Amino acid sequence: MTVPGAWYLVLAAVLFGLGATGLLIRRNVLVMFMCVELMLNAVNLTFVTFARLLDDVGGQVSVLFVLVVAAAEVVVGLAIIVAMFRRRAAATADDIHVLRG
Amino acid sequence: MYAGFLASAASSGTDLANASAWAVFLVGAAMILTGAFGVILLRNPVHCALMLVITLFGIALEFIDQSADFLAAVQIIVYAGAIVILFLFVIMFLGVDRREAAGPEATKFQKPIALILGAVSLVEILILSQVDHWVSGAPSVAGRLDGPGENVQKLGQSIYTRYLLPFEMTAALLVIAVVAAVVLSRRQQPGASELRAADKEKLVVGPGGAE
Repeated sequence: MTVPGAWYLVLAAVLFGLGATGLLIRRNVLVMFMCVELMLNAVNLTFVTFARLLDDVGGQVSVLFVLVVAAAEVVVGLAIIVAMFRRRAAATADDIHVLRG
Repeated sequence: MYAGFLASAASSGTDLANASAWAVFLVGAAMILTGAFGVILLRNPVHCALMLVITLFGIALEFIDQSADFLAAVQIIVYAGAIVILFLFVIMFLGVDRREAAGPEATKFQKPIALILGAVSLVEILILSQVDHWVSGAPSVAGRLDGPGENVQKLGQSIYTRYLLPFEMTAALLVIAVVAAVVLSRRQQPGASELRAADKEKLVVGPGGAE
């Protein structure tokens, strides 16, 4: 344990803040999705850091589950975006404020 | 803090290990922050996806630095190999890269408010972390991470014993996601017995034509 865990946690917090800011700033749905991925990765980094600090394998197992859930989320989300584009060519989140087809 | 660590290191062997760990950490952090800023600031979605790859590789570096070797490999395979490729495929499939909309903002104050909110959330997290103990709680609840044995072995043993039910549930979740993706992206075709409006008009029976 050479680099103190606090450095990783601060880095993860900064990454999470950047992801949240990007999610709020960008209007393209795909880029908003990528910002969600950034936030998920920040949480993964936190999990791994706590697993190391607490000497607990549960943190790394949680990262594995987060990976699976993120993959499923991306698949369904991109399918929704593709279905949305079929109906109307809209790339921004403002164009899809109505939930019906 | 770095100098203190180096000074407290007893032998040159741990000295070198410290220095290399710090080097890996700093390179990974630089990659992560560069990629994150790129995702946020670049206008072309393809460039955003490529910047996301840089961030993901940086995260993998930090995983390696904390001796989570298996997770680093999975991170690169799943994220950079599958998820980003899926992103790029959808971007190019839909042709969003050519059509970056520069339309008027729906709300004029969206960007300033978003910046303020992002800064506030970041500051909140950093303030919350300013406690004496970064970590509290019982160590090694789900099993030890250090000690003899490989990282993959410990992860596998934990997943297939203690976390067996969540593991099975992720399998079900993946199947559901695949089915949902197929259903969502399938083109809606009229059924065999359904008639479209144009066909119905042809079927209007004229006078005397009916039996």
